[in-house]
Amino acid sequence: MRALIICEHDGKGIRLGSRSAVAFANAVAEETRGSIECVLLGHSLAAVTQDASTYAPVLVADHPALENPVADRYAKVIADVVRQRGYDLVVAAATTFAKDILPRAAGLLGGAMASEVIGHEFRDGRLCFRRPLFAGAVVATVALNAKPQIVTIRPSAYPAASARPERCGVTSFAVDEAALPKKTEFEVLQSKLSNRPDVTEARIVVSGGRGIKNSEDFERLVGGLADRLHAATGSSRALVDAGITPNAFQVGQTGKVVAPDLYIALGISGAVQHLAGMKNSKTVVAINSDPEAPIFEVADYGLVGDVYELVPQWIARLNGK
Amino acid sequence: MKVLIPIKRVPDTDQKIQVKPDGSGIVTDGLPFVINPFDAIAVEEALRIREKSTDTVEVLAASIGPEVCEQQLRTALAMGADNATLIQCDASLDPWNVACVLRAFAGRYQPDLILMGKQGVDDDLSQTGQMLAALLDWPQATFASKIEFLGSGLRVTRETDAGLEIVRVTLPAVVTADLRLNEPRYASMTSIMKARKKTIERITTTELGVTIEPRLQLLGLEAVPSRRKSVRVGSLDELLVKLRAEEKLL
Ligand SMILES: Cc1cc2nc3c(=O)[nH]c(=O)nc-3n(C[C@H](O)[C@H](O)[C@H](O)COP(=O)(O)OP(=O)(O)OC[C@H]3O[C@@H](n4cnc5c(N)ncnc54)[C@H](O)[C@@H]3O)c2cc1C
Repeated sequence: MRALIICEHDGKGIRLGSRSAVAFANAVAEETRGSIECVLLGHSLAAVTQDASTYAPVLVADHPALENPVADRYAKVIADVVRQRGYDLVVAAATTFAKDILPRAAGLLGGAMASEVIGHEFRDGRLCFRRPLFAGAVVATVALNAKPQIVTIRPSAYPAASARPERCGVTSFAVDEAALPKKTEFEVLQSKLSNRPDVTEARIVVSGGRGIKNSEDFERLVGGLADRLHAATGSSRALVDAGITPNAFQVGQTGKVVAPDLYIALGISGAVQHLAGMKNSKTVVAINSDPEAPIFEVADYGLVGDVYELVPQWIARLNGK
Repeated sequence: MKVLIPIKRVPDTDQKIQVKPDGSGIVTDGLPFVINPFDAIAVEEALRIREKSTDTVEVLAASIGPEVCEQQLRTALAMGADNATLIQCDASLDPWNVACVLRAFAGRYQPDLILMGKQGVDDDLSQTGQMLAALLDWPQATFASKIEFLGSGLRVTRETDAGLEIVRVTLPAVVTADLRLNEPRYASMTSIMKARKKTIERITTTELGVTIEPRLQLLGLEAVPSRRKSVRVGSLDELLVKLRAEEKLL
């Protein structure tokens, strides 16, 4: 199969999740004696192109009109690339960027799409995907009935591709500005700069729930422990709703899906919607004052107690006291 | 202004889902169904738009599926939707099919805004709104946590992994609702009684001229067992020993 990876980037390099998408595409290409290419959309892409070309041959759609990731424009360019160059498979990492843009591209390209893929296999030569349903309680095996097949993959399910020894070729893709949709105007991205790693990219995630009473306590307990462990901070929906943590922290069915080596849940009850976002973590630790909390069922190690007592003690141990 | 709210019937999120022994689907006997929570947020937002607007705003709820979907349309009516249409279809539907049916329905009803949930909490696909916007060639604003009217268009705050993004879109548009857009109201007993008497329009997918050709084919389901150690440790020190010695972490 000929696969196209839609690479997400930050203006400097491609995101770790996109390297997982490359790994998935590589695996399918190898199994089908196919090939892969990736496409970059944006403006002033020189540095990103350099980076991307260490993983796969690159197509670059570089244009001022693509400065910001506006769904109607990006989907149109992706559909043009796919129609002109003919791909069997279009893939991206399952982030809000891809969740916004890829289904729209799929709408322009015949509608065969599987989201949040966590595995794949061939059955009688046919590519099949595994994906979670019902907040991860069930896994479905699905197949797509039209070409191109469009998928988003969960980065946690595919280890990131490593760099190739030699750089791959770069081709530019001409963007016809006149043909781009003009009904959406990008105003601003208000991102809260954090000096901690992103929850989806960290090896260790420390997450807080309603057991944490306010922002100061969150910063002191969850943030404090995270910093000692070089970890990312996450939270349940309850804290996001309470305005204690930003949206980008929410782990769960309708937030981010993480699978770090270690997930530490502090004062989180373990609702199915939360578990959907963290249950594939390698090791799970839970601290909760309620011995009956469901989080203990999915934790490798459970400690019954008050986070307000235990977390400061843990931080003190890490400080060598 | 006309606002169309597509409604999906999904199992209640508090219920434990069981897979049929042959893996062909889930056990639905005795399973309570609700409006997809994100669709309820979309209904609520449409009601607030109507309450705040100086123009007349008509809120139409539409569900595609078998007769039982009438229950969820009744709930939308009880919340305050003006009208409801059941688009009858017994086939199982994927996002592409739903988007095709909604496009045809939008062609008749001519809404100015289609407000829908950002994902179904059953299949978690998060595709339909975006596909529909593409088919209609309308702008889209997904994962909305705030919607403001500005002259002839909308200013929408979107929840993204990177933070809050603000976009402006012209109308007509498709907007998909995220959790923090609002908190849906509960219908009062009187409005539930009133909603029982309202007529629900009916139309079939065939009458809309849509043939259902699935793109996403389900081959089988499996329940996911938990494979955790579930060790209770008695103290913080014991926990740290386990993490260091057994898991080689920290
Ligand atoms: C459609 C839908 C989507 C959703 N999506 C998500 C999602 O993506 N992510 C998500 O997280 N949730 C989501 N939810 C919400 C979810 O159902 C739960 O309400 C939420 O996860 C609960 O958060 P919590 O565990 O922090 O709070 P609670 O359930 O209130 O639990 C707090 C826990 O803290 C413990 N505690 C209290 N004080 C202390 C203390 N001092 N020390 C130790 N422990 C203490 C308590 O024993 C309790 O177990 C969704 C819900 C719906 C309906």
